[in-house]
Amino acid sequence: MTKAKKRVSTQVSPLIAVCSLTKTFHVGDAEVRALRGVSFTVREGEFVAITGRSGSGKSTLLYQLGALDHPTSGEVIIDGVDITRISGKRRTAFRLDKLGYVFQDYALLPELTATENVMVPLMMQGVSTDGARRKSAEALQRVGLGDRLLNRPSQLSGGQQQRVAIARAIAHEPKILFADEPTANLDSETSETILDLFIELNRFGQTILMVTHEKEYASITGRVIMLADGEMVSDKSPKRVQSRV
Amino acid sequence: MRTLSEWSSRMAIVLRLASFLAYRQVRRGSLWTNLLITSVMALTFLNLIFIGGILVGLIESASTANRTLYTGDVLISATQTRPYIEDSPSAIALVRSLPWVEALSARYTGIADVEAGYRSKTNYTDIPNETNALLTGINPMDEDAVSGLRSRVIAGSYLDPQDSEAILMGADKLYQYSPIDTPGLRTLKDVAIGDRVRIKVGPHVKEFTVKGIVKGKVQEIDSRIFMLDTSLRELLGRADKSVNEIAINTFTDEGAVFTKEALVRSGLSERARVQTWVDAQPKFIRDIKDTFALLGNIVGTIGLIVSSITIFIVIFINAVTRRKYIGILRGIGVDASVIELSYVMQALFYATVGTVVGALVLFCIIKPWIDVHPINFPFSDGVLSVTAVGTSLRGALLIVASLIAGYVPARMIVKQNTLDAILGR
Ligand SMILES: Nc1ncnc2c1ncn2[C@@H]1O[C@H](COP(=O)(O)OP(=O)(O)OP(=O)(O)O)[C@@H](O)[C@H]1O
Ligand SMILES: [Mg+2]
Repeated sequence: MTKAKKRVSTQVSPLIAVCSLTKTFHVGDAEVRALRGVSFTVREGEFVAITGRSGSGKSTLLYQLGALDHPTSGEVIIDGVDITRISGKRRTAFRLDKLGYVFQDYALLPELTATENVMVPLMMQGVSTDGARRKSAEALQRVGLGDRLLNRPSQLSGGQQQRVAIARAIAHEPKILFADEPTANLDSETSETILDLFIELNRFGQTILMVTHEKEYASITGRVIMLADGEMVSDKSPKRVQSRV
Repeated sequence: MRTLSEWSSRMAIVLRLASFLAYRQVRRGSLWTNLLITSVMALTFLNLIFIGGILVGLIESASTANRTLYTGDVLISATQTRPYIEDSPSAIALVRSLPWVEALSARYTGIADVEAGYRSKTNYTDIPNETNALLTGINPMDEDAVSGLRSRVIAGSYLDPQDSEAILMGADKLYQYSPIDTPGLRTLKDVAIGDRVRIKVGPHVKEFTVKGIVKGKVQEIDSRIFMLDTSLRELLGRADKSVNEIAINTFTDEGAVFTKEALVRSGLSERARVQTWVDAQPKFIRDIKDTFALLGNIVGTIGLIVSSITIFIVIFINAVTRRKYIGILRGIGVDASVIELSYVMQALFYATVGTVVGALVLFCIIKPWIDVHPINFPFSDGVLSVTAVGTSLRGALLIVASLIAGYVPARMIVKQNTLDAILGR
């Protein structure tokens, strides 16, 4: 096993600090150790790809970081808050204020238009209906869907639906954007436009954690964390981006 | 103060987003689903009203018929211990002088044996075609003014003031209309309009012609035989003018109570029984009324439970099929209260629309139709008894039930693990 290189930020405290994170599932009598003590930190503005074979624990890791699941042990500190120690309403509120998600299957609400889908988290934050509509239109414009504001998900292509999902995830300006295989359901050309969109967002400072098992896609990010059997086996920064830093 | 304003702005957010979601889910949901749910609600509402309404309606119309045809609004009748109302003319004069009285009918009564078909009887040993009945002598005009008896003639015609040898037979005394014939309850067979019957009261016998047949589904009418008061007094050999019953109509319902009170104060109640139509109702009506009200409530309660379960199932299925979306909403940070409230709002919408549709069907179609085509029951012509108050109360109950039945399943789904819901596991 290769030792994971620890990135220690000397100037600012990290946005995400993961410490000895484990997650064990119990299936009948059997134990599935999906995460076996993962530790790393992420600074604000990073674009991190999480890769590894199928079953290596990528999604599981993302759910723990995204406050969608409770780990078995370890700490996840995001923006100074240990999210493993909060639950219920506070967790929901934390997700709303700090996090944005893009799921593999878009996860849009079918009876809402593109605009309305994006409006939901904004309205939950207390933005007025008109304000939410305006911000939502702006977010959709950013992802290149300015001409599809009133379409329902069923009237959009997969790539377009994923853009709506991205718009929904960024409209309320979250600290971190999580994406679990956002391009898995898309053809390679469409996938690239989605990835370009992520790069673009990152360029404007958006912190992104993206799970992908395509090495090629991972290489466009600033940093690649690789998992195998629930352990972190490597943590590298591809040259292209490093040169930019 | 600060927490209160925080709380209210939080409530405003929850309300706004919940209605935003609920409205779109209903409006953009399938038309057929909406129609189906609404019609289930409307039917449930009708079910809540209908059976009870019919039961109460049956008994109410029996009671109304008894009031209209027999007792009037106030009934003065002979007490058990005296054969007739003593000093009737002064009693009648007193009644007429009361300001609330609209009309009255004085009735003479007497038990008689009635025989038909005696002319065609060939064998001396044949069982006679015989029954007994309460003869009632009336002034046909007065009686019609009080009870509208004329309108209850189902064959032949009503008595005229000069019909001194004619009778009206109550339908219960004729086998043709009331096919019962037991030793205890005899009816006359083969009696047609224009036939002659022999009436015996004690030693007196006289022949009369059947001029008409009356039926009002009121026992006191359907089992009597009516003739002119003059004919009856002659038959009974009664020289005095003491009557047995005085049925009084008053202008208003309160008038009936005032009339009774005035008559009681005058001392009339010492020599006769003075009752309002409520007091004079047959015991069976009062008993059935209570029983039916109980039955109606039981049926209504069951109906309400069934409605609640229906709404529960509808909302539950709705929420289960949308479990993934509920998970996504939770995942992107939408509070549980918003999702729950949006389902409660949907339940409320369906219940309200269902209730309104049900009420429209009830008041614009079913009720008018049954009023024109009453349900034919042996003891009454059943109409649907629905009151605005009763209907609103049941509608309100249904809506409250739907609040709970909408909330519980939504809560059940919202409570589930968010990630499991999103991933559909
Ligand atoms: N709810 C669960 N119950 C039991 N085992 C689970 C559960 N979720 C995940 N696992 C197991 O944990 C391990 C890691 O799963 P995970 O979904 O994180 O893998 P992954 O890297 O995302 O794979 P893929 O690339 O196929 O999406 C797998 O062995 C999986 O079977
Ligand atoms: Mg996965």
